[in-house]
Amino acid sequence: MIKVKNLHKKFDELEVLKGIDEHIRPGEVVVVIGPSGSGKSTFLRCLNQLETATEGEIYVDDELITDPKCDVNKVRQKMGMVFQQFNLFPHLTILENITLAPVMLKKMTKDQAKEKAMELLRRVGLEEKAEAYPVQLSGGQKQRVAIARALAMNPEIMLFDEPTSALDPEMVGEVLDVMKDLAESGMTMVIVTHEMGFAREVASRVIFMDQGIIMENGTPEEVFTNPKNERTKLFLSKVL
Amino acid sequence: MNSWTADMADTFARCFIREDRYKLLISGIGVTIKVSIVAVILGILIGFLIALCNLSKNKFLRAIGKIYTDIIRGTPSVTQLMIIYFVIFATVDIEKWIIAAIAFGINSGAYVSEIIRAGILSIDKGQTEAGRSLGLNAYQTMTRIVIPQALKNIFPALCNEFIVLIKETAIVGYVGLMDIQKAGDFIKSATYEAFMPLIGTAIIYYVLIKVLTLILGVFENKLRKSDIR
Repeated sequence: MIKVKNLHKKFDELEVLKGIDEHIRPGEVVVVIGPSGSGKSTFLRCLNQLETATEGEIYVDDELITDPKCDVNKVRQKMGMVFQQFNLFPHLTILENITLAPVMLKKMTKDQAKEKAMELLRRVGLEEKAEAYPVQLSGGQKQRVAIARALAMNPEIMLFDEPTSALDPEMVGEVLDVMKDLAESGMTMVIVTHEMGFAREVASRVIFMDQGIIMENGTPEEVFTNPKNERTKLFLSKVL
Repeated sequence: MNSWTADMADTFARCFIREDRYKLLISGIGVTIKVSIVAVILGILIGFLIALCNLSKNKFLRAIGKIYTDIIRGTPSVTQLMIIYFVIFATVDIEKWIIAAIAFGINSGAYVSEIIRAGILSIDKGQTEAGRSLGLNAYQTMTRIVIPQALKNIFPALCNEFIVLIKETAIVGYVGLMDIQKAGDFIKSATYEAFMPLIGTAIIYYVLIKVLTLILGVFENKLRKSDIR
């Protein structure tokens, strides 16, 4: 589904990604962990071209998206993204936040989009907030709306960039529950997170990144209980 | 005391009623409003274009934007008005007030462009990223997500710019237009009275701007709808 070959990313002189190779298969839930500055967010952002790779290739459904001729807007419609800072559109109601893209991109009519939005809001438990504005919601509620907004485009893959890092502790659970539910429904997901408990429970595969490369890659069992790499051991000893 | 009020009433009659002088002021209000409205519209259009130039990735467009704002901000509006009237439009046969409106529009555009540029830059990068990540293109993201939010933020600054612009039009007398200021001035010369015509002029401007401020205030409240917790 997503194939990454020798991905490099440089910001001016700073090399953040130093050659990533990765293959994400349909239905997989890949959790990316690692210390700050290890390049995990940059890796995720390269997958939907919010960052352009300096070198290397990324294929989505066998389409080379790192090719300048590729229509990134089309590719992004297949990939939902959820941000740390939610990034809801504050000037639009919750319902409008969700229906904006599907209607504008002519994926659905207004009525279809509205119906789909209400169904998604029910799924994340926020049906009664449809007419509210983002400012009236708590952090956890905002993030659940952001997930619903991404799902409204019927994506094949969902990318999560530290979705719970900006939340008050008591709101982390409600967001993780929605993500768990999504994982169980068979959605292909790539999640950058610091929630180790969640990673162990939900991931089909865990990737440990440090200093711009993938240090360890395996099932949660392998990575958490039997890490081979010294750096992984060190990192886990600090966070677990 | 009685003689004082009688005096005032007499001066008032001389300044505004005799020889239908109030009509001068009324047509002056018309000129001020005409020039201001067209100038505001032009100013917004030019301001938008120049703001987009300034924010563009294209070096050439950025240079145009920079030179434009630089020249307009660096010279007095009276000078600009006179250059546009006596030099650029010297041989063109267009109504005076339209030339004046163009001059003020060009002037206001430079200030509006800076306001708009600041407004667009004030919107968090995450908003653009969210729009793009949903598959919207750069133009759709700009028009549906960034600009509506920017407009809300810059609305007070834009209102301020419009008010400044209306008052700035008081210099159109320099190119022979009879606006409110010029009408007041004319009455002053004709009657040898300074107090009444000038205070009258001030009151008319004040009321015009007060009404505008009230109307804009209603708009602003509507824009703030999404901020109510």
